[in-house]
Amino acid sequence: MARFDLAVVGAGPAGLSAAVTAAENGLTVALVDAGTQPGGQFWRHPDEHHPRPDEGRGQHLWSRFTDLRTRLRALESGAATAGRVELVVGHQVWFVETLAEGFMLHLSATHGETRLPQVRAASLVLCPGGYDRQLPVPGWELPGVMAAGGVQALLKAHRSVAGRRAVVAGTGPFLLPVAAGLAQAGADVVAICEAGSLSGWARSPLGAAGVPSKALEAVEYAALLARHRIPYRMRTVITAIRGESEVGSVGLGRLDRNGRLRTDVSLPDLDVDLVAFGWGFTPSLELVTAVGASTRVDVDESLIADVDDWQRTDVPGAYVAGEATGVGGALLAVAEGELAALAASRDAGRPVSEARARSLQRQIARGRRFAATMHRAHPVPAGWQDWLEPDTTVCRCEETTLGEICAATKELGATDARTVKLLARPGMGWCQGRVCGFAAAKLAIPVGEALTASDLAPLAKRTFAAPVSLETLATTPTESDSATSHDNDA
Amino acid sequence: MTDQVNLTFDGVTITAAAGQSVGAALTDAGIRSWRSTRRGDRPRGLFCGIGVCFDCLVTVDGRPNQRACLVPVRDGMRLESGGLREVSARG
Amino acid sequence: MTISGTHPDVVVIGAGALGAATAWFATRAGLTVEVVERGSIVSGTTSACEGNLLVSDKEAGPELDLALLSHDLWRGELGELGGLWEFEEKGGLVVAATSGGMAGLTELTERQRAAGIEVREVAADEIHHYEPHLTPELAGAAFYPQDCQVQPMLMAAHLLRLARQQGARVRTGTTVTGFLRDGDRVTGVRTDCGDISAGHVVNAAGTWAGEMAALAGVDVPVLPRRGFILVTEPLPPTVFHKVYAGEYVASTQSSDEGLQTSTVIEGTRSGTVLIGSSRERVGFDRTVSLSALREIASKALALYPSLAPVSLMRTYLGFRPYCPDHLPVIGTDPRAPGLAHVAGHEGAGIGLSVGSAKLLVEAMTGATPTIDITPFRPERFSLQEVS
Repeated sequence: MARFDLAVVGAGPAGLSAAVTAAENGLTVALVDAGTQPGGQFWRHPDEHHPRPDEGRGQHLWSRFTDLRTRLRALESGAATAGRVELVVGHQVWFVETLAEGFMLHLSATHGETRLPQVRAASLVLCPGGYDRQLPVPGWELPGVMAAGGVQALLKAHRSVAGRRAVVAGTGPFLLPVAAGLAQAGADVVAICEAGSLSGWARSPLGAAGVPSKALEAVEYAALLARHRIPYRMRTVITAIRGESEVGSVGLGRLDRNGRLRTDVSLPDLDVDLVAFGWGFTPSLELVTAVGASTRVDVDESLIADVDDWQRTDVPGAYVAGEATGVGGALLAVAEGELAALAASRDAGRPVSEARARSLQRQIARGRRFAATMHRAHPVPAGWQDWLEPDTTVCRCEETTLGEICAATKELGATDARTVKLLARPGMGWCQGRVCGFAAAKLAIPVGEALTASDLAPLAKRTFAAPVSLETLATTPTESDSATSHDNDA
Repeated sequence: MTDQVNLTFDGVTITAAAGQSVGAALTDAGIRSWRSTRRGDRPRGLFCGIGVCFDCLVTVDGRPNQRACLVPVRDGMRLESGGLREVSARG
Repeated sequence: MTISGTHPDVVVIGAGALGAATAWFATRAGLTVEVVERGSIVSGTTSACEGNLLVSDKEAGPELDLALLSHDLWRGELGELGGLWEFEEKGGLVVAATSGGMAGLTELTERQRAAGIEVREVAADEIHHYEPHLTPELAGAAFYPQDCQVQPMLMAAHLLRLARQQGARVRTGTTVTGFLRDGDRVTGVRTDCGDISAGHVVNAAGTWAGEMAALAGVDVPVLPRRGFILVTEPLPPTVFHKVYAGEYVASTQSSDEGLQTSTVIEGTRSGTVLIGSSRERVGFDRTVSLSALREIASKALALYPSLAPVSLMRTYLGFRPYCPDHLPVIGTDPRAPGLAHVAGHEGAGIGLSVGSAKLLVEAMTGATPTIDITPFRPERFSLQEVS
């Protein structure tokens, strides 16, 4: 079994930064990622085994990535520091054991043979990132409806265009690069439907002053949208998706200033073959809860890890960086990853630059303020349930409908998300509630109420952090019989 | 120019660029669904595109339930559409 | 503070399977009922089990009598409702790996047949007619057509709904903090939402029934016995009956503290296969033991080798309410008149819930008991009986 000073899970902006920093501080590091190469979702790029001259096309902060990649390669195989980092790509963590000292990660290959089934480490930095938050819409289960991040991944890593005539919808600044990427790849982007209104954050003093690069990005996107003649429609939502075997058209609605559907406005349908949805992001919390770390609810109603100003959780030796401490983007994630690595090094008794740590802490505080401003400007609209029908699919895996969820609450007396899940099965299928969890949790509580950690935590608990075969479980070595993962479903 | 690989989807040959995912290869071939759901028998293909949603499950070289968005293409790869895994009797 | 306007005949503590069944039978008997539950409905062990209605793991005695009564109720009085909770008379198949194990199984089935259980022996070369995916390396099996399965959360939730339709009231998020007393007599409950006085108070607090009894000053030794269950990806129909290894019966009756596992496998309507089981006496410890999960998986593959590549999506744990003599506690409590208990069914609470609730309601209303209830009397553990 492989032993390391530190295991870093996730090789996106936070994890790369954490692994490189820790290894440069002298720790031995295992860097585990389910993808085939480092970069995460944000820096997803074409297969490096088949180099392309336009590798960085559509990327942001790309030089940050190439810098981290160069340092990572030196730490893997460079003359002076070879072997400091073991990069374990194409592997997912399916179980994490908390040992008397340290952690044991149980890994499986995302496809093909497992190369490294266990990683043991004295400490652990979790950088699991997140994925697009989704809301159900009538017809959203039709092929041709995708998460905005999935459309983006196809473009950035594979140069594949998911459709020819697209609408990008939901809320948040991430809709802009997806629309721009599609247009640059030759798709006809017929509209961006933004549920919010830009009055909130584009002119926000905190937004512009706090993180200048974000304001610059917004200006770049405005120019791109103009060049490709992409209409940017605010307070506009997709209320229905129509088609037989795939998407053919979408129905639109206009929201009032309170986020409720206006019944006095009728908008024409759009003929499209691709719908890209994103309603902000949902952090991946299963490993955070598996080690027993405390969680809380962020401004955007996401469940996040509760960390101190050194990225420490309340579990000794476990740190979290990136979206899992609150969705805030790549720059913030890079800073948090570096700080988590400094904290792990410092807690392991190694000297670190306190000045650098303080500078990172200030940068992170600034990034957090900006993220909060952004989240407040792009809430899930209050009226998102207005356009659902009783037969609207909520859970894509189990094909649970809104009507079935309402039966669980109204007829059977379920008063919380966990009970709705037990009685109507949303979140019981392959994805274990990763996609429908937010919506199902909202549907379980009265309209207008905010989600609490006790609503979300039972849904984020996934003792198997990835599916595992019976054969793998039956033959996996355990470090000790007292070793444990935590079931926080109390 | 990138390397091309050939693979089959339900017996029909499609080409892809080396390094692409199975999901991208199918997308480029104009194929948008390759699985039907258990309860409603509805078509599914890529949704999240990053390994989270399990909507894009496909049989790869006889191994069922592989996430098309995560598996890289390989020359000669056999892809099959379908639904649930069949468990062999007395395997 | 009293919750205004409520003076039910019965307050039931706990909205799990036992509380729901009690509420349903009590309303059917014409009683007014309030159910108080500190969490949500079906949030305790009811949501962490498999939903078995087994006769196959029982021998002649009071628990078998209760199981046969329950079986009759599931098929009879509750038969028309079975569709609501996925009631399935799927039958149980108990398998023996060795000829020695088969000899023991044959002896057991002879005793069970004499006690009124329907059972037929299955020769090794006939097993695949029942379960085509079972390993061919088996010495034989016994088939129990009376073994059934329900979806336990739906069962309890629908019984509560039906009770509510008969006027019962269910208060979730309401924690019992004490009891109203008139001397020894229990006259109601104190809750964090106010007092409720009632003719009878029923302790249906499941694995926490011992704590609840202690709050009333009486000893009812219900203790937790932890178990894990593995859940597979949805599959086409693969496991057709409830299949378990002969050793399972011995492990249910054991009182060992350490980890015990014995294979129990069954399919569900949702396509998943549930794989158990483990038993550990570790209190209410919610930490997941990978070694327990591994042992469950390993033993399951010995019976179903072809499940090896099948994915597990999740696992869950629960705490069986366990009494030292492996019999449930059912009946009014002479030590605290007005208080009654229905708890402690260990791994059989779902199946036995309806028979238990019927007997309890008979006891509370002075009706003639359908079967002898005295083996389940709550005071049987007390010191006076021992001396």
